[in-house]
Amino acid sequence: MILEANRMTLTGAAATEEKKIKTINLTIDGVRVEVPEGSTVLEAALKAGVYIPTLCYDPDLKPYGACRLCIVEIEKMRGLPTSCTTPVTEGMVVHTETPAVARSRRITMELIMANHLADCLTCAKNQNCELQEVARYVGVDQAHFDRLRKSTRTVAIDDSHPAYIRDMNKCILCARCSRACHEIAGAEAIDMAFRGNAATISPFGNRGVIDSNCEACGECIARCPTGALLPRDTRQPTREVKTVCPYCGVGCSIFLGLRGDEIVGVRGDTDSPVNRGGLCVKGRFGIAEFVTHPDRLKKPLIRKSGKLEEATWEEALDLVARELGKYRGDEVAVISSAKATNEDNYVIQKFARAVLGTNNVDHCARL
Amino acid sequence: MVVMDEDNCMVDVARYFLTFTQLESCGKCIQCRWGTRQMLDILEDITAGRGRPGDIELLQEVGQAVKDGSLCALGGTAPNPVLTTIRYFRDEYEAHINEKRCPAGTCKALVSYYIDAAKCQGCGICLRACPSEAIRGGKRLVHVIDQAKCIKCGTCLEVCPAKFQAVARVSGEPFKAPAEPIPVAAKS
Repeated sequence: MILEANRMTLTGAAATEEKKIKTINLTIDGVRVEVPEGSTVLEAALKAGVYIPTLCYDPDLKPYGACRLCIVEIEKMRGLPTSCTTPVTEGMVVHTETPAVARSRRITMELIMANHLADCLTCAKNQNCELQEVARYVGVDQAHFDRLRKSTRTVAIDDSHPAYIRDMNKCILCARCSRACHEIAGAEAIDMAFRGNAATISPFGNRGVIDSNCEACGECIARCPTGALLPRDTRQPTREVKTVCPYCGVGCSIFLGLRGDEIVGVRGDTDSPVNRGGLCVKGRFGIAEFVTHPDRLKKPLIRKSGKLEEATWEEALDLVARELGKYRGDEVAVISSAKATNEDNYVIQKFARAVLGTNNVDHCARL
Repeated sequence: MVVMDEDNCMVDVARYFLTFTQLESCGKCIQCRWGTRQMLDILEDITAGRGRPGDIELLQEVGQAVKDGSLCALGGTAPNPVLTTIRYFRDEYEAHINEKRCPAGTCKALVSYYIDAAKCQGCGICLRACPSEAIRGGKRLVHVIDQAKCIKCGTCLEVCPAKFQAVARVSGEPFKAPAEPIPVAAKS
């Protein structure tokens, strides 16, 4: 009764809260758009279908405002505010492509390129690189760029991890990796270190990432807009297959990247309500090996005179039914698997309780 | 307030201030992290005699972008010493870049020290004071500075007795000095 009452108040509060969310009207490049209060100008622009180049913005992470490419001009506001950190206000008029904005973006891009290791032709990220896309959009004045002093600073590549490689010579310090590590994975394995021109993303003590807290969830690799963080297997898939990760009971939606029949990459499905694009070390790096492993069981095995032999499902199920019939109630226990679906697990516990008459049911996911 | 006179090179002053601000930059935003570093690289080139035509405009353009685009006030003000020295002392920048000359005589790469054969009395004070043993000479011989060994510290200029004033600091123009020590008496 009390619970019921609580639920009533909760839903009541939620309903009034929903009503309280105000919407804000603003104009972006002449397009009128209505967004909820608290949205940023960049979010409003995305809703209005106006493209604003960004490198440090990630919808899953808190606004950061470091790349300075999403700058816009807003009437009655001085300077060039970054759209990713500016909240919308009623009646705001935003211009995303003015000469001042274009000039600032161009010089920003030139500074990035003067400090970025330009080995695009042999980089594994080539043609799949956000930096390339943004650079192509923003454009560079070649004569101007040629006059800039190019960085000669090089740092050693961190080759310590079995799953991925960190090449900080290609890093543009958007900090999407370290923010994902903090905000999404909660591992806090990498962070910004040093300052000014020497600033870099580094594990604790600037040692190899293998010595850090890294859980190899790969959230950083999925977000890196450059070739600074790359998985060991850099082959590009030719097609993708949507499926569910078989490793545990969470049921993350994944896209397997395939070349022919070979799995060369895995990415999380951002539209999935289960994982919202996130994956763990097993899902991101462990599937190809597991699927093609020679020890993987694909057919039931029956122990015949001390030796396991392959059998058909018919034979196996007949055997189980025959043998189970010899026992009653608590003489048997049923152990299910987290790799099976929720529906299958429900059926097996129902079978144990209603058919076999035992509560001896267990499951590996409670470990 | 900083008071300076004609012995302060404005390009070098701008470089000095930028050395500080680019070290202070936290490194978060691109303009401040790489923009101030870029400006410092250019200023170091100019003061080292490696300035290229167009560098002044490049400094102005990058400086304005750093001012406009930086996240915080450090980047917003870091280019000011460069932009204002260009505005008021553009001729000094141009002298460095086009004539490879430092009007104030402080940019070491653009400065040479010579001993005036007409004034040197061969007293040997500079020879003993020179920390890099770049001065050759002897008693009653006009001293000669070996330009390859000279580290341009200016010690010889300081120690040369005021009544002789034989050491000259030269920037951008040729200076006639004997190649080998010659007797003081033999001077023309």
